[in-house]
Amino acid sequence: MKFNSKIVHGGKYDIKRHYGASSVPIYQNSTFTQEDPAHQAQYDYSRSGNPTREALETAIAELEGGSAGFAFASGMAASCSVLMLFRPGDHIIVSTDVYGGTFRALSKLFKDWGLESSFADSTERGAMEAAIRPNTKAFFIETPSNPLLRISDLSELVKLAKKHGAVTIADNTFMTPLLQRPLELGFDIVVHSATKFIGGHSDLIAGLAAVRDTELAKQLKFVQNCFGAILAPHDSWLTLRGLKSLGARMEVQQRSAERLAAFLSKMPEIKAVWHPSLPKHPGRETHFRQASGSGAVLSFELENQERTLAFLKALKLPLFAVSLGGVESIASYPAMMSHAAMPPEERKARGITDSLVRFSVGLEDPEDLEKDIVQALEKL
Amino acid sequence: MPRKLETMLAQAGSKWDSKTGALSMPIYQCASFRHPGLGQSTGFDYSRTSNPTRLTLENTLAELDGGAKAFAFGSGLAAIDAVLRLFAPGDKLVVTEDLYGGTFRLIEKLHKPHGVSAIYLDSSNQDSLENALKTPGVRGLFLEIPTNPLLKVADLAAASRAAKQHGVLVIVDNTFLTPALFRPIDHGADIVIYSATKYLNGHDDLVAGIAVAKDAAIGEKIAFIQNAAGAVLGPQDSWLLLRGLKTLSVRLERQEKNANVIAGRLKEHPRVRKVNYPGLPDDPGHATLKRQGAGFGAMISFELDNAAALPSILSSVQVFLFAESLGGVNSLITYPAVQTHADIGPEIRAKLGINERLLRLSIGIENVEELWNDLNRALAASPA
Repeated sequence: MKFNSKIVHGGKYDIKRHYGASSVPIYQNSTFTQEDPAHQAQYDYSRSGNPTREALETAIAELEGGSAGFAFASGMAASCSVLMLFRPGDHIIVSTDVYGGTFRALSKLFKDWGLESSFADSTERGAMEAAIRPNTKAFFIETPSNPLLRISDLSELVKLAKKHGAVTIADNTFMTPLLQRPLELGFDIVVHSATKFIGGHSDLIAGLAAVRDTELAKQLKFVQNCFGAILAPHDSWLTLRGLKSLGARMEVQQRSAERLAAFLSKMPEIKAVWHPSLPKHPGRETHFRQASGSGAVLSFELENQERTLAFLKALKLPLFAVSLGGVESIASYPAMMSHAAMPPEERKARGITDSLVRFSVGLEDPEDLEKDIVQALEKL
Repeated sequence: MPRKLETMLAQAGSKWDSKTGALSMPIYQCASFRHPGLGQSTGFDYSRTSNPTRLTLENTLAELDGGAKAFAFGSGLAAIDAVLRLFAPGDKLVVTEDLYGGTFRLIEKLHKPHGVSAIYLDSSNQDSLENALKTPGVRGLFLEIPTNPLLKVADLAAASRAAKQHGVLVIVDNTFLTPALFRPIDHGADIVIYSATKYLNGHDDLVAGIAVAKDAAIGEKIAFIQNAAGAVLGPQDSWLLLRGLKTLSVRLERQEKNANVIAGRLKEHPRVRKVNYPGLPDDPGHATLKRQGAGFGAMISFELDNAAALPSILSSVQVFLFAESLGGVNSLITYPAVQTHADIGPEIRAKLGINERLLRLSIGIENVEELWNDLNRALAASPA
């Protein structure tokens, strides 16, 4: 089956058992009656397993090419559950400009847990190699990264990690399995903020994980049940519903993003534009070796903070909000929003300047978006 | 003047939406909130951090329990995990020994490897509790009142006094009684935890957890953890839980009345060796709970004469549902050794008295005679 068909028919469930219903029922229940005291039935308690959540979990496993999938209450709950697989004293290397929330979890919550982490430029094999310690147990990678769309070579990182026995984890939120499938390139675990492109409608908070190896999947299943940061049935159903149009949405959003990236590159007021579709985007070649598209998030820099703030204020069409990946375009200001959890000096070191705008391109007509950008720039 | 419980419950979320006057809290099924301008916020930015529907639920729980702040999580265990994260490696907790198996598993499998360990004891024994609090490194006291499944009752006021002498944080899992029957903060608790899946929601139709902090400083810390780890409750389930809460008081009233009848009759039944229910006047926990609470709840456990009878009873009940969980409008029957407390291991279970002859009942709001006839018939038909 082609990928777009898989997306629509993903989350296979026993349709005959459900009166032929074309959409999985929402099992809004906590517990399941049991028949036999000696043997637990397939489901016993919704935290441990729920048919609606399971349909979504099966879908993400299938789409990412994993042996198992998991749905969590948020992208951070997915990432934190994965981080709970590690032990005190273990060391994790993280992509430099990782999502601010992941940075916060590692530098506060998991540091207190005794988990060591350090940041390295995962776009450079040498930098990653230099960061490896005897107790390095995992790589946590974002590619393209948030918000600068920097590209890491997934296959190279797998080779390096394997050499040192480290587990490889990719946050695939920006690409979704439609455009990039890290497990197929040898990664062990993929995490998603499904709030973004997979859900696609800015109407829920959810996280997903897919795992290649069955033993690792068993461990994550244990954490999911034990920590209990699960996704509820209603939101599982909404995520599945959103997922069905992922192929169609991403196609249009990506096309518009490419058009906007080229358009912005020609504007004298814009100092730099970051999007893998641009011919000069660093790591472009690597990106298109491992991904089939450039995605619908771009970022760009204006001249200075003052002009950037004025520009954001003058924009009329996109929502000015945190988050991304929805059907509506969302403009955000990473320094004060997605990456506010990162101290200013850390942000600066990563190139997340006060003049940077992140733009998640939605389903609006790109001409309207261009017109809106032009009128906002004219006001500066 | 604080509102009375029944009023708080009936009007939970009813006055939030002044624009439309909607009596039921709107479900804000959204991830992000548009900023009015840079550096400006409507009070809501991103639903993981805060969501109006969830916040209304959280505020309701804070008010019900007399706490400064409350937090809603994706499950009871996620709430407990957030509270356990307040402790640092090397910290020890004194914990009720016959507690929910999932809490035991969470402490032993996820938190102990990271340096937060537990001393388990019979928390209804004040002497042993005071002794344990003297152990160097003890920073937290975690009590289930009453315990699950043996329904033992700790004297919270006395336990809190002892804990305060040692600067120990007092955490109470109040899932069984709810603020309708027991308000732990009034008796010295710093944090109250709920599996809201149970009585608070009461309809067996969602999985959720709540943590209530007595003061704002601890509230801030839990808020940080809730946002950073992101194990939040979604808006739909927050709304369902608000909806469930509205009938908490009337549900529990009927459930407790039914439980009293069932517990009393079980006690007289020739096949029953022992009944654990603090509502029975001669139950060891009766006096304490009568003093500190406003009721005894609707959870009962009892020991049969013969372990071989259990499978037969579980498969022959027709009104009681054989399932995990508790606290809903339906009566449930559970086999703790096999279901809820499997993670504790056979040796510890035997020591605690969670044996193969023990059954747990969560009494619902059905007709009590029908419940009793069902149980009585199943008992009569089971091998002696």
